[in-house]
Amino acid sequence: MQHKMILFYRKKSGVNKLSKLSHDPMMEMFIFETAQLLEQLEEIIINSEKSNSYSAHNINEIFRIMHTIKGSSAMMLYNNISTLAHSMEDLFFFLRETKPSSVNFSELTDLILKGADFIKTELVKIEEGMEANTDSGFLIDEISKFLADLKKANSSIQNCEKEEKSDSKEKQKYYIRSDKFADMSTTKAFKAVIHFEEDCKMENVRAFNVIHNIKDLVSHICYFPSNIIDDDETDEIIRKEGFKILFRADCDIDAIRETLMQTVFLKNLELAEIDNDEERIQLEKQQETANVYPTVHKAAENELEVEAQSQLRGQSMISVSVSKLDELMDLVGEMVIAEAMVVQNPDLKGLELNNFQKAARQLNKITSEMQHIVMSIRMVPLTATFHKMNRIVRDMCKKLGKDVQLKIIGAETEVDKNVIEHISDPLMHLVRNALDHGIEPPEDRQSKGKPQTGTITLEAKSAGSDVLVIVNDDGKGLCKEKLLDRARANGLLHKAEVDMSDREIYNLIFLPGFSTKDSISEFSGRGVGMDVVTKNIESVGGTVSVDSIPDKGTTITLKFPLTLAIIDGMNIKVGNSRYTIPTVSIIESFRPQKEAIITDPDGNEMIMVRGQCHPILRLHERYKVKTNITSLFDGIIIMVEQDSKTLCIFADELLGQQQVVVKALPEYVQRFKRIRGLAGCTLLGDGSISLILDIAGLIRV
Amino acid sequence: MADVTENVMEMEEDTQKGRFLTFSLGKENYGIEIKYVTEIIGIQAITEIPELPEYVKGIINLRGKIIPVMDVRLRFKKEPRAYNDRTCVIVIDIQDVSIGLIVDSVAEVLTIPDEGIVEPPKINRGFNNRYIKNIGKVGNDVMLLLDCEKLLTEDELEVISESV
Repeated sequence: MQHKMILFYRKKSGVNKLSKLSHDPMMEMFIFETAQLLEQLEEIIINSEKSNSYSAHNINEIFRIMHTIKGSSAMMLYNNISTLAHSMEDLFFFLRETKPSSVNFSELTDLILKGADFIKTELVKIEEGMEANTDSGFLIDEISKFLADLKKANSSIQNCEKEEKSDSKEKQKYYIRSDKFADMSTTKAFKAVIHFEEDCKMENVRAFNVIHNIKDLVSHICYFPSNIIDDDETDEIIRKEGFKILFRADCDIDAIRETLMQTVFLKNLELAEIDNDEERIQLEKQQETANVYPTVHKAAENELEVEAQSQLRGQSMISVSVSKLDELMDLVGEMVIAEAMVVQNPDLKGLELNNFQKAARQLNKITSEMQHIVMSIRMVPLTATFHKMNRIVRDMCKKLGKDVQLKIIGAETEVDKNVIEHISDPLMHLVRNALDHGIEPPEDRQSKGKPQTGTITLEAKSAGSDVLVIVNDDGKGLCKEKLLDRARANGLLHKAEVDMSDREIYNLIFLPGFSTKDSISEFSGRGVGMDVVTKNIESVGGTVSVDSIPDKGTTITLKFPLTLAIIDGMNIKVGNSRYTIPTVSIIESFRPQKEAIITDPDGNEMIMVRGQCHPILRLHERYKVKTNITSLFDGIIIMVEQDSKTLCIFADELLGQQQVVVKALPEYVQRFKRIRGLAGCTLLGDGSISLILDIAGLIRV
Repeated sequence: MADVTENVMEMEEDTQKGRFLTFSLGKENYGIEIKYVTEIIGIQAITEIPELPEYVKGIINLRGKIIPVMDVRLRFKKEPRAYNDRTCVIVIDIQDVSIGLIVDSVAEVLTIPDEGIVEPPKINRGFNNRYIKNIGKVGNDVMLLLDCEKLLTEDELEVISESV
């Protein structure tokens, strides 16, 4: 939750410069809280829509959120917001109290999201110091109409069919399966008693396995003894009386028998169809009070858990404005430099100072620990960024008439908050692209024999000091011919087509002014997309790559460093200038052999190393630095690699390895232009400045 | 409370108004409004940055803050001169941008009353004229009062188009 605050404050601090209005702490609190509530609301709604049912817990939660927004906005005198929230609250009050059985959920969802969007836009206005007085009347009308319809539709049903109500209640509880086993009457009730072989031990775990195996086949599972997971005593009961399972299924008894017979250590299985499932209902009631099989109530339980966690967290969390964290980070950076200045002080050269060294080591330990902690404070999980995509996928699916589900893996991966800011937009772009260009319409998918529902997978994982974010779709993949045609038409091809590898062809999409979409849609196809993605990712020192298999889908991988602030670097010297190369990209450094140097007719120098030819870049020529060392044999060559491309950098000498704090070049300097090959600068131990080389930038040129 | 701070602010404004830091480049004396000036330091080790216009000498480390330095001589297209112990860096702060100006030497802080300040002659279309906001008269001396904002912003278009 904390990252939300951080991001939010960040956004606001930018606005603060423009408007003095949001300096008011009350106002700030209101905006911050409401925005957070809306985010929660959106998440709940989208999750509920996915499972096609609003659980009682969710309805309560939405009711609570609306109630809070109503109260706070009324206090801040935003009547349009508060009346809107009030009408939504009414709606959910009705849902909560009467639990109507026939609700048009998609309409409800649309309505609530519309309301949320309205409040959001109003909030933005308030933030920017504008008058937030757009009339919310039309939305309120819509909501009250919906509510009236709902009331009308349900009052009749409610009175005459009480039974159905109880049924619907039950369904709600089992809503995970409700789509699969919609009607109780079409399914048959079964009873199974399983006896395990004696001495097989751990009966309860085995019983749990049985449940796990059949849970996809059957519904309404009840079993006795019920608390097999956390009570080892149940072993005894199962041993003596067997493991009793009651369930409903619409498949054949033989199929179930087959599944059950696969149980390991099975001694004896009694399986029979039963007519009335009173026993089951009875057991079910018992279990409701006792322990419940986790998957049946998984959703509900998870929610509880999450809530419990957030409550727990809420108590020990404080929100800090990002500018303070930035300051702290800067200070720690200064300290790291200051420490190096003290410990590596030239005045100490040649002196033997045992106690000093001891104290210095202690200092070093503390500073590095502190650095670590500060970095970890700034690390926030990608959860919020990823979950935002749910909304985008939902909205686009509706508009484009596609059926897509978003799968999120590894959202808990943490990255520096600066990085998050930079990847949020590109990610949105990629998801949009995948949905718009990648995933085919349902009919096409069916004719290709693919599941009708497309899947977009959003995955994050860390790999060393890098984070990988992978956006994958199972759509039609990229069409090489189309890419080449388009590149040819736009004059973007710089290489013979036959020479291009698949990867190079796919990477064409990252060039500015490239779009394969024939028509421009609301969402994508303007050709400004992918190069913006690349630019954004590159600005945090990351890379983008794409891979695609026709008809299997496209995978776009973003790779960027965990943090931008501190890197391990190798300092090198050229003339009087110092440069720092990020250690991660260095492969080796060596002095060249005379026969290994090759010069082509254009004067480009290359070097053969172990049968491979690598280009040589003379830093002193590139940056026009005066140095006495111009012969390749007097200096040193550092081989670096980025994206499986190599480059040999020629420098005067190596100065040593060090952790450096990355600082941006001064704004004034950046205004002139972006200097290719420079990622920033840093302070060295002696107070001098070193320029950090951007290897990707150097290689590309 | 707010009134008090406002008053203080006003007073500060007042004490700074009409005061100029003067420095020399060769024979000419220049003045710079004191409100822009953060500090004056001696010449420091400068780290050169490639691909920048000649007058931006590079960056220096000012107590952990990295700021660019500009050689005002080169900026005004005068002959470069070797730096010596009289050479100073005037650190100015304009719209949250810090920059160091390398000048031959710093003279003093002067108060020039409004009546001592006149507009520069319009006829002279010399290249460095556009950085001169006004001309100040102090006794028999003439001070060229710099327009700091123009010093930073002007010419950029030129530079960018050159580099493209």
